[in-house]
Amino acid sequence: MLYRTAGQFKTSYQADQALFPVRQDAVLLAVILAFAYVIFPLTASEFTFQTLLIPILIYSLAALGLNILTGFAGQLSLGTAAFMGVGAYACYKMITLMPWMNPILAILFSGVFSAGVGVAFGIPSLRIKGFYLAIATLAAQFFLVWLFEKWAWLYNYNASGAIQVPNLDIFGIYVAGPLASSITQYYVVLGIVTLLTVICINLTRGNLGRTWKATRDMDIAAELIGINLMKSKLTAFAVSSYIVGVAGALFVFMWRGAAEPNLFDIPLSFQILFIAIIGGLGSVMGNYLGAILIVGLPVLLNLVPETLGIPIKSATVEHLNIMIVGSLIVFFLIVEPHGLAQLWRLIREKLIIWPFPH
Amino acid sequence: MKDTEGYVTADGRQIGGQLMELKNITLKFGGVTAISDISFDIHEGEIRAIIGPNGAGKSSMLNIISGFYTPTEGELWYKGAKRPPMKPFEVARMGVARTFQNIALFEGMTVLDNVMTGRLTHMNAGIGAQALWWGKARDEEMENREKVERVIDFLEIQNIRKTPVGRLPYGLKKRVELARALAAEPSILLLDEPMAGMNVEEKEDMSRFILDVNDEFGTTICLIEHDMGVVMDLSDRVVVMDYGKKIGDGPPDEVRNNQDVIDAYLGVPH
Ligand SMILES: Nc1ncnc2c1ncn2[C@@H]1O[C@H](COP(=O)(O)OP(=O)(O)OP(=O)(O)O)[C@@H](O)[C@H]1O
Ligand SMILES: [Mg+2]
Repeated sequence: MLYRTAGQFKTSYQADQALFPVRQDAVLLAVILAFAYVIFPLTASEFTFQTLLIPILIYSLAALGLNILTGFAGQLSLGTAAFMGVGAYACYKMITLMPWMNPILAILFSGVFSAGVGVAFGIPSLRIKGFYLAIATLAAQFFLVWLFEKWAWLYNYNASGAIQVPNLDIFGIYVAGPLASSITQYYVVLGIVTLLTVICINLTRGNLGRTWKATRDMDIAAELIGINLMKSKLTAFAVSSYIVGVAGALFVFMWRGAAEPNLFDIPLSFQILFIAIIGGLGSVMGNYLGAILIVGLPVLLNLVPETLGIPIKSATVEHLNIMIVGSLIVFFLIVEPHGLAQLWRLIREKLIIWPFPH
Repeated sequence: MKDTEGYVTADGRQIGGQLMELKNITLKFGGVTAISDISFDIHEGEIRAIIGPNGAGKSSMLNIISGFYTPTEGELWYKGAKRPPMKPFEVARMGVARTFQNIALFEGMTVLDNVMTGRLTHMNAGIGAQALWWGKARDEEMENREKVERVIDFLEIQNIRKTPVGRLPYGLKKRVELARALAAEPSILLLDEPMAGMNVEEKEDMSRFILDVNDEFGTTICLIEHDMGVVMDLSDRVVVMDYGKKIGDGPPDEVRNNQDVIDAYLGVPH
């Protein structure tokens, strides 16, 4: 009865195309937004902000960016972390070259740089597909991280080779750097993530989204019905890399506070890919579910034995985490390639017809 | 019959002038000559069939028309102008739509989304408007959705609108593919064996749809079909191919009595 749709009739295509054809979905979303915007920030501890709330949002955003490229447009990328790095370094350079720049605008603008680099590295996708494209993106991954190390201008010739986020404020409120409070940073991240999510929902349900999905499902047919494959693939690289780049800037400026080149190495790329797979390729909302799981699991594994008084080594926790994530990946790849998002869809379908399945 | 001014069919329909003309088309794949020196034309509003035994080069001919293959030799004239070599997507944007011998739908998308992709040559809102679902992007989505719904009604697939295409049986997939091509409102519709693998009832439905499309929208249709009965019923003129050569061209009755055609179908050795 929870998801009863009786009495909710569509009288126009406009209504049918609305974001929430079923009223309960809108209610559910309102509840989630209330938690995200009001209840969590009011109740969260410093620990919760730093280990769960902020990283979950940032990882979700990075996975969303990857999902546009891989899940929607069908172009596999193993270079996500490097593109996050491009966003982070671009933001750092802008902030240090133009200290008067609004930090939030700088973060949003840093995605433009990663989009440009993404398009450049996306050009091979016009000729190669699948496995070979994945290898090409891997080359981008190694090249960019090498560049972050060798190009001293990027980190302003610091002796450490790392970038350090300075204190940045908007009208006297610190939003980044050691003086910024977690709650402020949380709201900045949440605002940007909300904005980009809305944009992604709109893009994926409209003409561009259909163009991407057609390219993904059967590129030859796509071209024969009038899709310019080059444009389709490169817009996917651009939009995806933009989002990934913004996520990278948030990663460093709103969470880590500092970064070395190897932070953007391949393990981070895989972590983002796992979130997208577990959450569900070709889904927007799945990225949040995936990030909650991937970011939340190690925290949970640390906390539960501790509160139960079971002594457990941190190395063991780490191994346990890897084993669980590994089996989840295998499970989802074999049993449910569309991930948690699809599981939710199935539950929702059941709820709509429950308790009278006929 | 060869005049460019059009003609009247046996059942009294007025057919327009030349819409497309293929002149001396040859297509080679390395050493294999798939098509050798074939010429024929397609008139506005007619149903033109291409028939021939397996491997005759029929699909290759359709692939040339839709720009997927570039002929080794020969010219293609369309709407009174010689068509320069172009990419398939550009050809599609000039009003050429098609279906495929092996169904080529977008399996991960719903029926509605698949048919909507047929409209994308008519949609051009910028990425910014789409990102905000605002202005032109929203209006365009609505207008084109209405057109698509009309096609969906026309082909009687309303009840599977929201079904992912991957879950549909073969016969319905063929119909969805026709819907996607029709949604483009093409000047010329190419159908590669639209009835292959269908049972009698499905074939009858499909024949009816093809005739209705031609009749109601005046769409020019060029189709490949193996079932001679169907071809005789549907088409105004028939091109017969065998081993890459044209061995017959004309109204169905004329072609049926052509000795070369009879030989080709009975498998007389060359
Ligand atoms: N891409 C290609 N590369 C090489 N040879 C090809 C290619 N496409 C078609 N051919 C060859 O061209 C010839 C004609 O093939 P085509 O598919 O056009 O025949 P068809 O008349 O459509 O046959 P069917 O009735 O079996 O569909 C065949 O000998 C085929 O092997
Ligand atoms: Mg064929």
